[in-house]
Amino acid sequence: MTTTNQVAIEAVGLVKKYGSTTALAGVDLSVPTGTVLGVLGPNGAGKTTAVRILGTLLRPDSGQATVGGYDVVREAGKVRSIIGLTGQYASVDEDMSGRRNLIMIGRLLGYSRPQARAKADELLERFELVDAGDRTAKTYSGGMRRRLDLASSLVGNPSILYLDEPTTGLDPHARNGVWETVRNLVLDGTTVLLTTQYLEEADALADSIVVFDKGSVVANGRPAELKAQAGKQSLDVRPAEPAHLERVAAIVAESTGSRPNVDVVNTLVSVPVSDGSSMPVVVRRLDEAGIAVTELSLRLPSLDEVFLALTGHTAEEKQPDAVLEGASR
Amino acid sequence: MNTATLEPAAHLGHRSRPFAWVQQSLTLAWRNIVRIRQNPEALADVTFQPIIFLALFLFVFGGAIAGGGGWRGYLPQLLPGLLVQTVVFATMGTGVGLNDDFAKGVFDRFRSLPIARVSPLIGAVLGDAVRYSLSIVILMTSGFVLGFRFDNGVGNGLLGMLIVLLFALSMCWIWVWLGLVMKTAQGVQGIAFLVMFPLTFGSNIFVPTSTLPGFLQAFTKVSPITYLVDTERALMGGGALQKPLLITLAWMVGLVAVFAPLAIRAYRRRT
Repeated sequence: MTTTNQVAIEAVGLVKKYGSTTALAGVDLSVPTGTVLGVLGPNGAGKTTAVRILGTLLRPDSGQATVGGYDVVREAGKVRSIIGLTGQYASVDEDMSGRRNLIMIGRLLGYSRPQARAKADELLERFELVDAGDRTAKTYSGGMRRRLDLASSLVGNPSILYLDEPTTGLDPHARNGVWETVRNLVLDGTTVLLTTQYLEEADALADSIVVFDKGSVVANGRPAELKAQAGKQSLDVRPAEPAHLERVAAIVAESTGSRPNVDVVNTLVSVPVSDGSSMPVVVRRLDEAGIAVTELSLRLPSLDEVFLALTGHTAEEKQPDAVLEGASR
Repeated sequence: MNTATLEPAAHLGHRSRPFAWVQQSLTLAWRNIVRIRQNPEALADVTFQPIIFLALFLFVFGGAIAGGGGWRGYLPQLLPGLLVQTVVFATMGTGVGLNDDFAKGVFDRFRSLPIARVSPLIGAVLGDAVRYSLSIVILMTSGFVLGFRFDNGVGNGLLGMLIVLLFALSMCWIWVWLGLVMKTAQGVQGIAFLVMFPLTFGSNIFVPTSTLPGFLQAFTKVSPITYLVDTERALMGGGALQKPLLITLAWMVGLVAVFAPLAIRAYRRRT
Protein backbone atom coordinates (compact mmCIF):
# COMPACT_ATOMS: atom_id res chain seq x y z
CA MET A 1 0.00 0.00 0.00
CA THR A 2 1.28 3.42 -0.87
CA THR A 3 1.08 6.08 1.76
CA THR A 4 2.67 9.46 2.15
CA ASN A 5 3.24 8.91 5.85
CA GLN A 6 5.51 6.03 6.73
CA VAL A 7 4.47 4.17 9.84
CA ALA A 8 7.15 3.85 12.49
CA ILE A 9 5.13 2.01 15.13
CA GLU A 10 2.10 -0.12 14.47
CA ALA A 11 0.35 -2.22 17.09
CA VAL A 12 -2.78 -4.27 16.63
CA GLY A 13 -4.82 -5.85 19.41
CA LEU A 14 -2.11 -5.99 22.07
CA VAL A 15 -3.20 -8.00 25.10
CA LYS A 16 -1.16 -8.61 28.24
CA LYS A 17 -2.43 -10.25 31.39
CA TYR A 18 -0.71 -10.73 34.72
CA GLY A 19 -2.63 -13.51 36.41
CA SER A 20 -6.19 -12.25 36.71
CA THR A 21 -5.16 -8.63 36.10
CA THR A 22 -5.49 -7.37 32.56
CA ALA A 23 -2.81 -4.78 31.90
CA LEU A 24 -3.68 -4.38 28.22
CA ALA A 25 -7.04 -5.40 26.84
CA GLY A 26 -6.49 -5.11 23.10
CA VAL A 27 -4.66 -1.93 22.23
CA ASP A 28 -4.17 -0.54 18.71
CA LEU A 29 -1.59 2.13 18.04
CA SER A 30 -0.15 3.73 14.95
CA VAL A 31 2.62 6.31 14.93
CA PRO A 32 3.73 7.93 11.66
CA THR A 33 7.48 8.38 11.25
CA GLY A 34 8.80 11.64 12.64
CA THR A 35 5.81 12.38 14.84
CA VAL A 36 5.16 12.31 18.57
CA LEU A 37 2.44 10.11 19.99
CA GLY A 38 1.39 10.98 23.50
CA VAL A 39 0.02 8.07 25.50
CA LEU A 40 -2.00 9.61 28.25
CA GLY A 41 -3.47 7.90 31.25
CA PRO A 42 -3.40 7.53 35.01
CA ASN A 43 -1.21 5.08 36.92
CA GLY A 44 -2.08 1.49 36.11
CA ALA A 45 -3.72 2.31 32.79
CA GLY A 46 -1.27 0.04 30.92
CA LYS A 47 1.03 2.69 29.45
CA THR A 48 4.24 1.14 30.71
CA THR A 49 3.16 -2.35 29.67
CA ALA A 50 2.60 -1.07 26.12
CA VAL A 51 6.03 0.58 26.07
CA ARG A 52 7.69 -2.58 27.36
CA ILE A 53 6.07 -4.66 24.63
CA LEU A 54 7.07 -2.18 21.94
CA GLY A 55 10.57 -2.08 23.49
CA THR A 56 10.91 -5.92 23.26
CA LEU A 57 11.14 -6.26 27.04
CA LEU A 58 7.81 -8.05 27.27
CA ARG A 59 5.97 -10.43 24.97
CA PRO A 60 2.30 -9.73 24.34
CA ASP A 61 -0.12 -12.55 25.14
CA SER A 62 -1.84 -11.82 21.86
CA GLY A 63 -1.85 -9.20 19.16
CA GLN A 64 1.16 -8.04 17.25
CA ALA A 65 3.31 -4.99 16.80
CA THR A 66 5.91 -3.81 14.33
CA VAL A 67 8.49 -1.15 15.01
CA GLY A 68 10.31 0.28 12.01
CA GLY A 69 8.75 -2.56 10.03
CA TYR A 70 10.18 -5.27 12.30
CA ASP A 71 8.06 -7.58 14.40
CA VAL A 72 8.71 -6.95 18.11
CA VAL A 73 8.67 -10.67 18.94
CA ARG A 74 10.18 -12.41 15.92
CA GLU A 75 12.67 -9.68 14.98
CA ALA A 76 13.36 -8.31 18.45
CA GLY A 77 17.09 -7.92 17.77
CA LYS A 78 16.44 -5.67 14.79
CA VAL A 79 13.91 -3.64 16.73
CA ARG A 80 16.47 -3.11 19.50
CA SER A 81 18.97 -1.69 17.03
CA ILE A 82 16.67 1.17 16.03
CA ILE A 83 15.01 2.08 19.34
CA GLY A 84 16.00 4.01 22.41
CA LEU A 85 14.21 3.44 25.69
CA THR A 86 13.97 5.70 28.70
CA GLY A 87 12.22 3.96 31.54
CA GLN A 88 9.81 5.29 34.07
CA TYR A 89 12.48 4.84 36.72
CA ALA A 90 15.76 6.18 35.43
CA SER A 91 17.65 3.11 34.28
CA VAL A 92 21.18 4.35 34.74
CA ASP A 93 23.88 2.66 36.75
CA GLU A 94 23.97 4.66 39.96
CA ASP A 95 27.36 3.32 41.00
CA MET A 96 29.11 4.64 37.92
CA SER A 97 29.80 8.17 36.79
CA GLY A 98 27.63 9.69 34.10
CA ARG A 99 30.50 9.53 31.63
CA ARG A 100 31.16 5.86 32.34
CA ASN A 101 27.48 5.05 31.92
CA LEU A 102 27.57 6.53 28.45
CA ILE A 103 30.91 4.96 27.53
CA MET A 104 29.64 1.57 28.65
CA ILE A 105 26.63 1.78 26.38
CA GLY A 106 28.77 2.96 23.48
CA ARG A 107 31.10 0.00 23.95
CA LEU A 108 28.15 -2.39 24.16
CA LEU A 109 26.88 -1.00 20.88
CA GLY A 110 30.18 -1.75 19.20
CA TYR A 111 31.87 1.66 19.29
CA SER A 112 35.65 1.64 19.63
CA ARG A 113 37.03 3.07 22.86
CA PRO A 114 37.79 6.53 21.35
CA GLN A 115 34.43 6.61 19.57
CA ALA A 116 32.61 5.72 22.78
CA ARG A 117 34.46 8.45 24.66
CA ALA A 118 33.74 11.02 21.98
CA LYS A 119 30.06 10.10 21.95
CA ALA A 120 29.91 10.32 25.75
CA ASP A 121 31.51 13.77 25.71
CA GLU A 122 29.13 14.95 23.01
CA LEU A 123 26.08 13.79 24.98
CA LEU A 124 27.34 15.18 28.31
CA GLU A 125 27.78 18.51 26.55
CA ARG A 126 24.35 18.39 24.98
CA PHE A 127 22.62 17.50 28.24
CA GLU A 128 24.58 19.98 30.35
CA LEU A 129 26.22 17.27 32.40
CA VAL A 130 29.84 18.11 31.64
CA ASP A 131 30.60 19.31 35.17
CA ALA A 132 28.89 16.31 36.75
CA GLY A 133 30.25 13.84 34.19
CA ASP A 134 32.80 12.26 36.50
CA ARG A 135 30.59 12.05 39.59
CA THR A 136 28.71 8.85 40.36
CA ALA A 137 25.15 9.02 39.16
CA LYS A 138 23.76 8.45 42.65
CA THR A 139 24.85 11.98 43.56
CA TYR A 140 22.75 13.44 40.72
CA SER A 141 19.52 15.33 41.25
CA GLY A 142 16.32 13.89 39.80
CA GLY A 143 16.53 16.14 36.77
CA MET A 144 20.18 15.29 36.08
CA ARG A 145 19.42 11.59 36.35
CA ARG A 146 16.63 11.91 33.80
CA ARG A 147 18.93 13.80 31.49
CA LEU A 148 21.56 11.09 31.84
CA ASP A 149 18.91 8.46 31.23
CA LEU A 150 17.78 10.28 28.12
CA ALA A 151 21.39 10.68 26.98
CA SER A 152 21.94 6.94 27.53
CA SER A 153 19.05 6.08 25.27
CA LEU A 154 20.48 8.31 22.53
CA VAL A 155 23.97 6.77 22.36
CA GLY A 156 22.91 4.48 19.51
CA ASN A 157 21.26 7.33 17.54
CA PRO A 158 17.86 5.64 17.64
CA SER A 159 15.31 6.60 15.02
CA ILE A 160 12.48 5.66 17.39
CA LEU A 161 12.46 6.75 20.99
CA TYR A 162 10.22 5.61 23.86
CA LEU A 163 9.92 7.95 26.79
CA ASP A 164 8.03 6.42 29.67
CA GLU A 165 6.87 9.27 31.90
CA PRO A 166 10.05 11.25 31.28
CA THR A 167 9.14 14.16 33.54
CA THR A 168 7.35 12.46 36.44
CA GLY A 169 8.73 13.94 39.63
CA LEU A 170 10.71 16.71 37.94
CA ASP A 171 10.50 20.38 38.83
CA PRO A 172 9.18 22.76 36.12
CA HIS A 173 12.65 23.88 35.07
CA ALA A 174 13.94 20.33 34.59
CA ARG A 175 10.70 19.41 32.85
CA ASN A 176 11.10 22.26 30.37
CA GLY A 177 14.60 20.98 29.63
CA VAL A 178 13.26 17.52 28.77
CA TRP A 179 10.55 19.04 26.61
CA GLU A 180 13.10 21.10 24.72
CA THR A 181 15.19 17.99 24.09
CA VAL A 182 12.21 16.06 22.80
CA ARG A 183 11.28 18.90 20.44
CA ASN A 184 14.82 19.01 19.06
CA LEU A 185 14.89 15.25 18.52
CA VAL A 186 11.66 15.44 16.59
CA LEU A 187 13.10 18.24 14.45
CA ASP A 188 15.91 15.81 13.59
CA GLY A 189 13.34 13.27 12.41
CA THR A 190 13.10 11.01 15.46
CA THR A 191 9.79 9.31 16.10
CA VAL A 192 8.76 9.58 19.74
CA LEU A 193 6.28 7.61 21.80
CA LEU A 194 5.77 9.42 25.06
CA THR A 195 3.71 8.27 27.99
CA THR A 196 2.60 10.76 30.54
CA GLN A 197 0.18 11.41 33.35
CA TYR A 198 0.37 15.10 32.62
CA LEU A 199 -2.23 16.31 30.20
CA GLU A 200 -0.30 19.52 29.77
CA GLU A 201 2.75 17.54 28.63
CA ALA A 202 0.87 15.59 25.99
CA ASP A 203 -0.70 18.83 24.80
CA ALA A 204 2.68 20.55 24.61
CA LEU A 205 4.60 17.80 22.79
CA ALA A 206 2.34 15.38 21.01
CA ASP A 207 1.12 15.49 17.42
CA SER A 208 -1.54 13.04 18.39
CA ILE A 209 -2.75 11.59 21.64
CA VAL A 210 -4.23 8.30 22.70
CA VAL A 211 -5.92 8.14 26.06
CA PHE A 212 -5.49 4.89 28.00
CA ASP A 213 -7.80 3.82 30.74
CA LYS A 214 -7.73 0.39 32.38
CA GLY A 215 -5.78 -1.21 29.54
CA SER A 216 -7.84 0.15 26.66
CA VAL A 217 -7.68 3.12 24.37
CA VAL A 218 -10.67 5.26 25.28
CA ALA A 219 -9.97 8.12 22.88
CA ASN A 220 -7.51 9.24 20.28
CA GLY A 221 -6.90 12.18 18.03
CA ARG A 222 -5.01 15.44 17.78
CA PRO A 223 -4.93 17.47 21.01
CA ALA A 224 -7.41 20.00 19.58
CA GLU A 225 -9.78 17.23 18.47
CA LEU A 226 -9.79 15.72 21.91
CA LYS A 227 -10.53 19.06 23.45
CA ALA A 228 -13.40 19.54 21.02
CA GLN A 229 -14.77 16.14 22.05
CA ALA A 230 -15.15 17.40 25.59
CA GLY A 231 -17.57 20.00 24.29
CA LYS A 232 -18.06 23.48 25.63
CA GLN A 233 -15.70 26.37 25.82
CA SER A 234 -15.19 28.35 28.94
CA LEU A 235 -15.23 32.11 29.53
CA ASP A 236 -12.85 33.16 32.30
CA VAL A 237 -12.75 36.57 33.97
CA ARG A 238 -10.26 37.51 36.65
CA PRO A 239 -10.91 40.85 38.42
CA ALA A 240 -7.92 42.92 39.49
CA GLU A 241 -9.50 43.48 42.89
CA PRO A 242 -10.60 40.33 44.76
CA ALA A 243 -13.38 42.45 46.32
CA HIS A 244 -15.00 42.78 42.88
CA LEU A 245 -15.44 39.01 42.55
CA GLU A 246 -19.15 39.03 43.38
CA ARG A 247 -20.01 41.94 41.12
CA VAL A 248 -18.09 40.34 38.26
CA ALA A 249 -19.96 37.08 38.86
CA ALA A 250 -23.27 38.96 38.68
CA ILE A 251 -22.31 40.71 35.43
CA VAL A 252 -21.17 37.44 33.85
CA ALA A 253 -24.39 35.74 34.94
CA GLU A 254 -26.55 38.49 33.40
CA SER A 255 -24.54 38.58 30.15
CA THR A 256 -24.43 34.85 29.50
CA GLY A 257 -27.63 33.73 31.13
CA SER A 258 -25.96 30.94 33.10
CA ARG A 259 -24.63 30.73 36.63
CA PRO A 260 -20.82 31.10 36.73
CA ASN A 261 -18.40 29.13 38.83
CA VAL A 262 -16.61 31.41 41.30
CA ASP A 263 -13.12 30.36 42.37
CA VAL A 264 -12.34 32.50 45.41
CA VAL A 265 -8.83 31.12 45.88
CA ASN A 266 -7.69 32.02 42.37
CA THR A 267 -9.96 35.06 42.06
CA LEU A 268 -11.53 33.63 38.92
CA VAL A 269 -15.04 33.63 37.54
CA SER A 270 -15.64 31.06 34.81
CA VAL A 271 -18.73 30.02 32.94
CA PRO A 272 -19.31 27.45 30.19
CA VAL A 273 -20.44 29.05 26.92
CA SER A 274 -21.33 27.63 23.54
CA ASP A 275 -19.60 30.39 21.58
CA GLY A 276 -17.88 33.75 21.96
CA SER A 277 -20.93 35.96 21.32
CA SER A 278 -21.37 36.96 24.96
CA MET A 279 -17.81 38.14 25.28
CA PRO A 280 -18.34 41.75 23.98
CA VAL A 281 -21.34 42.12 26.28
CA VAL A 282 -19.26 41.14 29.30
CA VAL A 283 -16.51 43.56 28.29
CA ARG A 284 -18.97 46.44 27.89
CA ARG A 285 -20.72 45.80 31.22
CA LEU A 286 -17.41 45.55 33.08
CA ASP A 287 -16.32 48.82 31.53
CA GLU A 288 -19.58 50.54 32.51
CA ALA A 289 -19.18 49.29 36.07
CA GLY A 290 -15.57 50.53 36.14
CA ILE A 291 -14.13 47.14 37.12
CA ALA A 292 -10.58 46.41 35.98
CA VAL A 293 -9.72 42.82 35.05
CA THR A 294 -6.34 41.13 34.75
CA GLU A 295 -7.60 38.27 32.62
CA LEU A 296 -10.47 37.84 30.22
CA SER A 297 -10.34 34.76 28.06
CA LEU A 298 -12.34 32.31 26.02
CA ARG A 299 -10.62 28.96 26.18
CA LEU A 300 -11.03 25.37 25.08
CA PRO A 301 -11.46 22.93 27.97
CA SER A 302 -8.26 21.67 29.56
CA LEU A 303 -7.21 18.10 28.93
CA ASP A 304 -8.05 17.39 32.56
CA GLU A 305 -11.63 18.22 31.76
CA VAL A 306 -11.35 16.13 28.59
CA PHE A 307 -10.14 13.14 30.58
CA LEU A 308 -13.01 13.49 32.98
CA ALA A 309 -15.47 13.68 30.11
CA LEU A 310 -13.96 10.61 28.40
CA THR A 311 -13.47 8.28 31.33
CA GLY A 312 -15.84 9.54 33.98
CA HIS A 313 -13.00 10.06 36.43
CA THR A 314 -10.11 12.47 36.66
CA ALA A 315 -6.61 11.57 35.56
CA GLU A 316 -5.21 11.83 39.05
CA GLU A 317 -7.52 9.89 41.31
CA LYS A 318 -7.86 11.39 44.74
CA GLN A 319 -6.42 9.42 47.61
CA PRO A 320 -9.20 7.97 49.80
CA ASP A 321 -7.75 9.47 52.98
CA ALA A 322 -7.66 12.90 51.34
CA VAL A 323 -11.40 12.56 50.78
CA LEU A 324 -11.95 11.55 54.40
CA GLU A 325 -9.91 14.51 55.51
CA GLY A 326 -12.07 16.83 53.44
CA ALA A 327 -15.28 15.30 54.81
CA SER A 328 -14.30 15.73 58.44
CA ARG A 329 -13.56 19.39 58.00
CA MET B 1 6.54 4.80 -0.49
CA ASN B 2 6.08 1.49 1.21
CA THR B 3 5.65 1.06 4.91
CA ALA B 4 9.13 1.75 6.13
CA THR B 5 11.70 -0.76 7.16
CA LEU B 6 14.14 1.43 9.00
CA GLU B 7 17.75 0.47 8.64
CA PRO B 8 19.68 -0.12 11.83
CA ALA B 9 22.12 2.68 12.54
CA ALA B 10 25.22 2.25 10.43
CA HIS B 11 27.73 1.92 13.28
CA LEU B 12 26.00 -1.10 14.73
CA GLY B 13 28.30 -3.66 13.27
CA HIS B 14 27.46 -6.26 15.89
CA ARG B 15 25.98 -8.63 13.39
CA SER B 16 29.08 -8.62 11.26
CA ARG B 17 31.29 -9.35 14.28
CA PRO B 18 30.73 -12.94 15.33
CA PHE B 19 32.48 -12.50 18.67
CA ALA B 20 30.73 -9.26 19.63
CA TRP B 21 29.35 -11.04 22.70
CA VAL B 22 32.88 -11.43 24.03
CA GLN B 23 33.50 -7.70 23.97
CA GLN B 24 30.02 -7.01 25.34
CA SER B 25 30.63 -9.43 28.21
CA LEU B 26 33.99 -7.85 28.94
CA THR B 27 32.42 -4.39 28.92
CA LEU B 28 29.84 -5.53 31.46
CA ALA B 29 32.51 -7.27 33.54
CA TRP B 30 34.36 -3.93 33.58
CA ARG B 31 31.15 -2.32 34.78
CA ASN B 32 30.95 -4.75 37.68
CA ILE B 33 34.57 -4.14 38.62
CA VAL B 34 33.99 -0.37 38.57
CA ARG B 35 31.00 -0.94 40.85
CA ILE B 36 33.08 -3.02 43.26
CA ARG B 37 35.64 -0.22 43.46
CA GLN B 38 32.80 2.21 44.08
CA ASN B 39 31.36 0.16 46.95
CA PRO B 40 34.32 -1.45 48.71
CA GLU B 41 32.19 -2.10 51.81
CA ALA B 42 30.23 -4.63 49.77
CA LEU B 43 33.39 -6.72 49.76
CA ALA B 44 33.08 -7.64 53.44
CA ASP B 45 31.95 -11.16 52.56
CA VAL B 46 35.17 -11.85 50.69
CA THR B 47 37.60 -9.88 52.84
CA PHE B 48 36.89 -9.96 56.57
CA GLN B 49 34.69 -13.03 56.58
CA PRO B 50 37.45 -15.45 55.46
CA ILE B 51 39.82 -14.03 58.06
CA ILE B 52 37.26 -14.34 60.84
CA PHE B 53 36.31 -17.87 59.82
CA LEU B 54 39.95 -18.88 59.74
CA ALA B 55 40.61 -17.44 63.18
CA LEU B 56 37.44 -18.95 64.67
CA PHE B 57 37.88 -22.48 63.40
CA LEU B 58 41.60 -22.58 63.86
CA PHE B 59 41.76 -21.31 67.42
CA VAL B 60 38.39 -22.47 68.76
CA PHE B 61 38.19 -25.97 67.29
CA GLY B 62 41.82 -26.57 66.36
CA GLY B 63 42.88 -27.96 69.72
CA ALA B 64 39.87 -30.25 70.03
CA ILE B 65 40.01 -31.62 66.49
CA ALA B 66 43.73 -32.00 65.95
CA GLY B 67 44.31 -33.27 69.47
CA GLY B 68 48.00 -33.24 70.37
CA GLY B 69 48.97 -31.14 67.37
CA GLY B 70 47.00 -28.12 68.60
CA TRP B 71 45.96 -25.46 66.12
CA ARG B 72 49.31 -25.69 64.31
CA GLY B 73 48.58 -29.30 63.48
CA TYR B 74 45.06 -28.39 62.28
CA LEU B 75 46.08 -25.57 59.90
CA PRO B 76 47.33 -27.73 56.97
CA GLN B 77 44.02 -29.66 57.04
CA LEU B 78 41.77 -26.66 57.65
CA LEU B 79 43.09 -24.08 55.21
CA PRO B 80 42.42 -25.96 51.92
CA GLY B 81 38.96 -26.81 53.24
CA LEU B 82 38.22 -23.29 54.37
CA LEU B 83 39.37 -22.06 50.96
CA VAL B 84 36.61 -24.14 49.40
CA GLN B 85 34.01 -22.91 51.89
CA THR B 86 35.01 -19.30 51.34
CA VAL B 87 34.61 -19.33 47.55
CA VAL B 88 31.43 -21.39 47.76
CA PHE B 89 29.97 -18.77 50.08
CA ALA B 90 31.25 -16.00 47.81
CA THR B 91 29.36 -17.48 44.83
CA MET B 92 26.02 -16.79 46.43
CA GLY B 93 26.89 -13.09 46.47
CA THR B 94 26.73 -13.24 42.68
CA GLY B 95 23.07 -14.25 42.79
CA VAL B 96 22.15 -11.70 45.43
CA GLY B 97 23.97 -8.94 43.55
CA LEU B 98 22.42 -9.85 40.22
CA ASN B 99 18.93 -9.91 41.68
CA ASP B 100 19.51 -6.53 43.27
CA ASP B 101 20.92 -5.15 40.03
CA PHE B 102 17.95 -6.44 38.10
CA ALA B 103 15.51 -4.75 40.45
CA LYS B 104 17.14 -1.36 39.84
CA GLY B 105 16.14 -1.10 36.20
CA VAL B 106 19.55 -0.89 34.56
CA PHE B 107 18.98 -4.38 33.17
CA ASP B 108 15.99 -3.00 31.29
CA ARG B 109 18.49 -0.85 29.49
CA PHE B 110 20.69 -3.84 28.66
CA ARG B 111 17.72 -5.86 27.49
CA SER B 112 16.62 -3.07 25.18
CA LEU B 113 20.06 -2.86 23.55
CA PRO B 114 21.01 -4.93 20.51
CA ILE B 115 23.49 -7.08 22.41
CA ALA B 116 23.88 -10.80 22.97
CA ARG B 117 21.49 -12.12 25.61
CA VAL B 118 24.23 -13.93 27.49
CA SER B 119 26.58 -10.99 27.84
CA PRO B 120 25.04 -9.37 30.95
CA LEU B 121 25.22 -12.74 32.73
CA ILE B 122 28.74 -13.60 31.61
CA GLY B 123 29.72 -10.04 32.49
CA ALA B 124 28.33 -10.48 36.00
CA VAL B 125 30.20 -13.77 36.45
CA LEU B 126 33.50 -12.46 35.09
CA GLY B 127 33.25 -9.34 37.22
CA ASP B 128 32.72 -11.52 40.26
CA ALA B 129 35.81 -13.51 39.40
CA VAL B 130 37.60 -10.51 40.86
CA ARG B 131 35.75 -10.97 44.14
CA TYR B 132 36.49 -14.68 44.23
CA SER B 133 40.18 -14.09 43.51
CA LEU B 134 40.31 -11.50 46.24
CA SER B 135 38.83 -13.90 48.80
CA ILE B 136 41.29 -16.63 47.75
CA VAL B 137 44.28 -14.32 48.03
CA ILE B 138 43.19 -12.91 51.39
CA LEU B 139 42.56 -16.31 52.92
CA MET B 140 45.81 -17.81 51.63
CA THR B 141 47.78 -14.78 52.81
CA SER B 142 46.28 -15.10 56.28
CA GLY B 143 47.19 -18.79 56.22
CA PHE B 144 50.79 -18.04 55.28
CA VAL B 145 51.05 -15.50 58.08
CA LEU B 146 49.94 -18.22 60.51
CA GLY B 147 52.52 -20.66 59.19
CA PHE B 148 50.83 -22.52 56.32
CA ARG B 149 53.17 -23.64 53.51
CA PHE B 150 52.69 -25.30 50.09
CA ASP B 151 54.28 -28.62 51.09
CA ASN B 152 53.66 -30.10 47.63
CA GLY B 153 55.44 -27.33 45.75
CA VAL B 154 54.46 -23.77 44.93
CA GLY B 155 53.34 -24.70 41.39
CA ASN B 156 50.83 -27.24 42.67
CA GLY B 157 49.70 -24.82 45.35
CA LEU B 158 48.99 -22.11 42.79
CA LEU B 159 47.23 -24.67 40.61
CA GLY B 160 45.05 -25.43 43.62
CA MET B 161 44.13 -21.75 43.90
CA LEU B 162 43.27 -21.66 40.20
CA ILE B 163 41.08 -24.75 40.42
CA VAL B 164 39.12 -23.42 43.34
CA LEU B 165 38.56 -20.19 41.37
CA LEU B 166 37.35 -22.13 38.34
CA PHE B 167 35.06 -24.17 40.57
CA ALA B 168 33.57 -20.94 41.91
CA LEU B 169 33.02 -19.68 38.36
CA SER B 170 31.16 -22.92 37.56
CA MET B 171 29.13 -23.07 40.72
CA CYS B 172 28.04 -19.44 40.60
CA TRP B 173 25.75 -20.28 37.67
CA ILE B 174 23.41 -21.88 40.23
CA TRP B 175 23.16 -18.51 41.92
CA VAL B 176 22.90 -16.60 38.67
CA TRP B 177 19.90 -18.77 37.85
CA LEU B 178 18.34 -18.43 41.31
CA GLY B 179 19.10 -14.71 41.30
CA LEU B 180 17.01 -14.38 38.14
CA VAL B 181 14.21 -16.73 39.18
CA MET B 182 13.66 -15.43 42.71
CA LYS B 183 11.73 -12.24 43.30
CA THR B 184 13.91 -10.57 45.92
CA ALA B 185 17.55 -10.48 46.93
CA GLN B 186 16.54 -11.48 50.46
CA GLY B 187 14.87 -14.58 49.05
CA VAL B 188 18.05 -15.53 47.22
CA GLN B 189 20.05 -15.04 50.40
CA GLY B 190 17.61 -17.15 52.41
CA ILE B 191 17.86 -20.07 49.98
CA ALA B 192 21.62 -19.65 49.81
CA PHE B 193 22.13 -20.05 53.54
CA LEU B 194 19.76 -23.00 53.65
CA VAL B 195 21.88 -24.77 51.05
CA MET B 196 25.34 -23.51 51.93
CA PHE B 197 25.56 -24.47 55.58
CA PRO B 198 24.62 -28.15 55.15
CA LEU B 199 26.71 -28.34 52.00
CA THR B 200 29.92 -26.99 53.51
CA PHE B 201 29.62 -28.23 57.09
CA GLY B 202 28.34 -31.63 55.97
CA SER B 203 31.68 -32.33 54.32
CA ASN B 204 35.31 -33.09 55.05
CA ILE B 205 36.19 -29.40 55.40
CA PHE B 206 36.34 -29.26 59.19
CA VAL B 207 36.42 -32.86 60.42
CA PRO B 208 37.40 -36.27 59.01
CA THR B 209 34.31 -37.82 57.45
CA SER B 210 34.93 -41.03 59.41
CA THR B 211 33.63 -39.23 62.50
CA LEU B 212 30.27 -38.51 60.82
CA PRO B 213 27.13 -40.68 61.15
CA GLY B 214 26.36 -43.05 58.28
CA PHE B 215 23.78 -40.96 56.43
CA LEU B 216 26.08 -37.96 56.45
CA GLN B 217 29.00 -40.04 55.23
CA ALA B 218 26.82 -41.19 52.35
CA PHE B 219 26.10 -37.53 51.55
CA THR B 220 29.75 -36.52 51.63
CA LYS B 221 30.55 -39.32 49.17
CA VAL B 222 28.42 -37.63 46.47
CA SER B 223 29.03 -33.99 47.43
CA PRO B 224 31.36 -32.14 45.05
CA ILE B 225 32.66 -30.20 48.04
CA THR B 226 34.37 -33.30 49.42
CA TYR B 227 36.20 -33.98 46.16
CA LEU B 228 37.20 -30.37 45.69
CA VAL B 229 38.60 -30.28 49.24
CA ASP B 230 40.51 -33.54 48.60
CA THR B 231 41.88 -32.02 45.39
CA GLU B 232 43.03 -28.92 47.22
CA ARG B 233 44.63 -30.90 50.05
CA ALA B 234 46.44 -33.08 47.55
CA LEU B 235 47.73 -30.10 45.55
CA MET B 236 48.75 -28.05 48.56
CA GLY B 237 49.91 -30.75 50.94
CA GLY B 238 50.27 -33.99 48.98
CA GLY B 239 48.19 -37.17 48.63
CA ALA B 240 46.08 -38.94 46.02
CA LEU B 241 45.09 -36.39 43.37
CA GLN B 242 43.75 -38.08 40.28
CA LYS B 243 40.37 -39.34 41.44
CA PRO B 244 39.21 -36.23 43.35
CA LEU B 245 40.49 -33.96 40.57
CA LEU B 246 38.62 -35.81 37.84
CA ILE B 247 35.41 -35.91 39.83
CA THR B 248 35.77 -32.19 40.60
CA LEU B 249 36.31 -31.33 36.94
CA ALA B 250 33.29 -33.42 35.98
CA TRP B 251 31.18 -31.52 38.51
CA MET B 252 32.40 -28.21 37.12
CA VAL B 253 31.41 -29.16 33.59
CA GLY B 254 28.10 -30.50 34.83
CA LEU B 255 27.24 -27.39 36.84
CA VAL B 256 27.87 -25.09 33.87
CA ALA B 257 26.09 -27.41 31.43
CA VAL B 258 22.95 -27.48 33.56
CA PHE B 259 22.75 -24.07 35.22
CA ALA B 260 24.13 -21.72 32.56
CA PRO B 261 21.36 -22.62 30.07
CA LEU B 262 18.77 -22.45 32.87
CA ALA B 263 20.06 -18.99 33.80
CA ILE B 264 19.98 -17.77 30.21
CA ARG B 265 16.44 -19.07 29.80
CA ALA B 266 15.38 -17.33 33.03
CA TYR B 267 17.01 -14.12 31.80
CA ARG B 268 15.08 -14.23 28.54
CA ARG B 269 11.82 -14.85 30.34
CA ARG B 270 12.22 -12.42 33.18
CA THR B 271 10.00 -9.40 32.68
